Amino acid sequence: MGYYLGEYDVAVIGAGHAGCEAALAAARLGAKTALFTISLDGIANMPCNPSIGGTAKGHIVKEIDALGGEMGRVADATFLQSRMLNLGKGPAVHSLRVQADRTAYHARMKRVLEGQSGLEIKQGEVVDIRLNETGAVSEIETALGAVYKVRAAILASGTYLNGKIHVGEASYTAGPDGSIAATGLPGNLARIGVELRRFKTGTPARVHRRSIDFSKLERQEGDEDIIPFSADTEGELRNKVACYIAYTNEQTHKVILDNLHRSPLYSGRIEGIGPRYCPSIEDKIVRFSDKPRHQLFIEPMGLDTDEMYLQGMSSSLPEDVQLAFLRTIKGLERVEIMRNAYAIEYDCCDPTQLLPTLEFKKIPGLYGAGQFNGTSGYEEAAGQGLVAGINAARKLAGKEPVILDRASSYIGTLIDDLVTKGCMDPYRMMTSRSEYRLLLRQDNADERLTPLGYKIGLIGKGRMEKLQQKLDGTEEELRRLEKVVLPPSEALNNLLVSRETSPVTTGVRAIDLLKRPQIGYGDLAAFDPERPEVPREVAEQVEIRLKYEGYIRRQLQQVEQMRKLETRRLPGQGFDYHTVTGLRLEAVEKLNKIHPLNIGQASRISGVSPADVTVLTIWLEGERRGRHE
Amino acid sequence: MICSDTIAAISTPNAVGGISMIRISGPDAADVAGRVFRPVSGKPLNLYKGYTGAYGTVFDEEGEIDNAVAFVYRAPKSYTGEEVVELSCHGGIIVTRRLLRAILSAGARLAEAGEFTKRAYLNGKMTLTQAESVLDIINSQSEQAARCAMTALEGALYRKISKIRDRLVAETSHITAWIDFPEEDVDAVKLSFLRNELIEIKEELKELIRTFDVGRIVHMGVNTAIVGKPNVGKSTLMNLLAGCEKSIVTDTAGTTRDIVEETVNLGDVVLRLADTAGIRKTSNAVELAGIDRAKKRIGEADLVLLVLDASEELESEDVELMRVVRTKPTVVVMNKSDLGLKIDKEYIERDFKHSVVISAKEDDSVAALNKAVSNLMNLTSLDTNQPILANERQRACAGAALNQLDAALDALSFGMTLDAVNISIEDAIESLLQLTGESVSDVVVDEVFSRFCVGK
Repeated sequence: MGYYLGEYDVAVIGAGHAGCEAALAAARLGAKTALFTISLDGIANMPCNPSIGGTAKGHIVKEIDALGGEMGRVADATFLQSRMLNLGKGPAVHSLRVQADRTAYHARMKRVLEGQSGLEIKQGEVVDIRLNETGAVSEIETALGAVYKVRAAILASGTYLNGKIHVGEASYTAGPDGSIAATGLPGNLARIGVELRRFKTGTPARVHRRSIDFSKLERQEGDEDIIPFSADTEGELRNKVACYIAYTNEQTHKVILDNLHRSPLYSGRIEGIGPRYCPSIEDKIVRFSDKPRHQLFIEPMGLDTDEMYLQGMSSSLPEDVQLAFLRTIKGLERVEIMRNAYAIEYDCCDPTQLLPTLEFKKIPGLYGAGQFNGTSGYEEAAGQGLVAGINAARKLAGKEPVILDRASSYIGTLIDDLVTKGCMDPYRMMTSRSEYRLLLRQDNADERLTPLGYKIGLIGKGRMEKLQQKLDGTEEELRRLEKVVLPPSEALNNLLVSRETSPVTTGVRAIDLLKRPQIGYGDLAAFDPERPEVPREVAEQVEIRLKYEGYIRRQLQQVEQMRKLETRRLPGQGFDYHTVTGLRLEAVEKLNKIHPLNIGQASRISGVSPADVTVLTIWLEGERRGRHE
Repeated sequence: MICSDTIAAISTPNAVGGISMIRISGPDAADVAGRVFRPVSGKPLNLYKGYTGAYGTVFDEEGEIDNAVAFVYRAPKSYTGEEVVELSCHGGIIVTRRLLRAILSAGARLAEAGEFTKRAYLNGKMTLTQAESVLDIINSQSEQAARCAMTALEGALYRKISKIRDRLVAETSHITAWIDFPEEDVDAVKLSFLRNELIEIKEELKELIRTFDVGRIVHMGVNTAIVGKPNVGKSTLMNLLAGCEKSIVTDTAGTTRDIVEETVNLGDVVLRLADTAGIRKTSNAVELAGIDRAKKRIGEADLVLLVLDASEELESEDVELMRVVRTKPTVVVMNKSDLGLKIDKEYIERDFKHSVVISAKEDDSVAALNKAVSNLMNLTSLDTNQPILANERQRACAGAALNQLDAALDALSFGMTLDAVNISIEDAIESLLQLTGESVSDVVVDEVFSRFCVGK
């Protein structure tokens, strides 16, 4: 029925934040790649919050950049306001967040894709993925009937798959931001053995700038010193806009409570599971009824528009109720809604069907990334897209897979959580999800991942040299500081006392003073006349290394323990754990479902006890001896 | 060598009477043992050659515990193939447990079920053909351990530990919400408040560890339940074994309403006996409560003595009971043989390998019962060490949590940032969560979303 239209190594289905990174990585690694999207105008769209980064998410963007991905560069080039969050709570949780210009971000990313050799961008809805006689991906077909031969396909369908929008009593089939939904593909995915399920998310209203009384709102400015996401970004960076803060009140809550029966969530029309961290305003009011007010941020959507985003006010109540409750808020009394808030339900997969490379265990050549894997957030999506793109290209080139372990990155932690434990609601990254978080800082993402990016070919020589300079500079300055002894002086003791730390009576080593949390590297400049000019990032590394030395050492030991277990490989798909004597039944079932790659991953599966891990270790040793004796 | 840490556990199965032995295995075995054992010779243990022993005393912070013998094995010539020291002291639960604790605070970790055997295997001390049986041992040990752990989880101690854990989770989830949602209106974490909370929690934990033993002395032995429908002679049997009147014995069915506990020696084995209310359909509320407890008791027991009336035919209640206890190591006691034998003996013997016909009123019944119980015990590997371990494990976890709380408080006083302080608090929670196998991250994330109104 269809017609043959060409051949690609990798087809990426969906051009959101996961799809863009996947397509760029695959093409840059030499795979002939096609990126399919229902609309070219939806490339790298931000259908929800116009912002990149935030806690843990900012770390992920830094990691994407360190590995050779695109998100950080585009965010740096198009941001409207930048802030480093959590200053004062410790370097491990410093997180960069920018307000993004939605259309500029989209346009910039589209240009990057267009300029990428080896990558073709195609507007078209993919409706079928077909397998060859060995069960591997071999063809895709679009809604128009075009058939392409492909060797791998990456599913990055976001909220498009069987998307259904709910606004109060009304609901209709659609993708995000009023686009069309992908309705052809889900049935065919189920046919090739992909298990789908239904998740839900929501977004608040966008309102017209002129209808807001800013004089009644708190203003929030960006940082003075702006740190970029990308190591490639140079030159002066500046904030272009301010954001605003408003609050709901008793009247707002009353309007919402009076109309709760008109919400599709409370009437049971929505079946999808919503994210816990992104509750709708009606959810917040019902669940936290003792809170007299809730905070909302009013953020510009871009420089080319008067649309303003109302962060914190996601809702699926009817349009008239939305207008009524928004108008109870101080500063929004005359507000005009341009796009109303909505909830969207969509199909996604259970990620325990995936390997840590994001390839489906049972369907060679098929990969999943982003919201399709059950996550939420542009950054989480982009990180997975990058990993899927890298692995698809490497597999076709006959190279070893790239698996990021939990100690390497938040991206690795995210993927390990997804494929090992699965997720019951849309998964958002949080710093608390990483047990190695004192090692996984945003300031050392380059140190952790750039050598790998260079090795696989996504990072150029220049970036490697830049990293080497930072590392050498840090070592050199640490070595120098070790020999610096500061004599006691009135000035030094004045500084120490003013910081509420004890004065010194004898000479003191600079590194001992820098270990005190109260004293920063910059503070000692006046007492350290030999000090050379060091770049900001070197000073930062020196300080963190000294202050957190004990913690870093301990976490590194834990990492070593963990990595030992990760080297003990377990059998792959097709192996039946019933044949291992001594495992409890629950463990057998879990192991047969997940098929962990190694003992380390097995030990993280809920339902596999330490005794089961012991049994597996012994069994593995028996197998090894059996093979060699 | 594959394992880098040093483990210890009580290695004598029946810890009452005679000699108790604690095995320490791992690279630091001699050092650890040296911290709790003072040889008469004055020569440090790590200078002893393999297969040599030393006589001396064992001690802890509070002073001398007992006289003891240390036997030293050098790797790879030991049971596990690692450095091993075995400390033997005079039996007695209190002494042995005190020594085990001293060893754990001296740097050893409490061994998991089957861990010595696992190490022996991984270090090539066993052949491939032994592998299967090793797996079976671990399996049965871990099942027993799990059952004991479940029992322990119902205990007062565990309830106290969970209360402490919940307080810590509340603190850490507040820190987490504040860190992960900096733009939401989560109250700022006040350091002075956090410090006070942690100090209070630490004192609670210390008090808990201090009083760990005082309240209750655990009778060691095989946890045994005597069950049967009312008036078949359970209490008479109990009194016979205990050698004195413990239960109220009358001719009215349903007289025993409380579980009466007693520790008795039956030949080589020590039984921890509980006489339970007879199981039968009843509407009497007091009796119902007793029956519920009895069923629970069967679940927790290592050994069941099912008492039937030999002078009557089997009733549906007997058959129901036989069904309930079938998966348990059971000895069927057909009592009242002095009143004639009407029971279908063959029917019972088909389902139960171990049965005995006695008259509990006769003294020679003890010998017959002894034989049946001993037969069963030899065939079933009952590891009576497990209840101790379940309790010691809780104590070890509480001790580790205490150390981590100290680290958190030190970091706070030093002025470290909250990201670092929070790591130590989470480590403390992780130690306490080891009892249930939950993950810290999941518990904290759940708590953040249930307690704080966060999210865009």
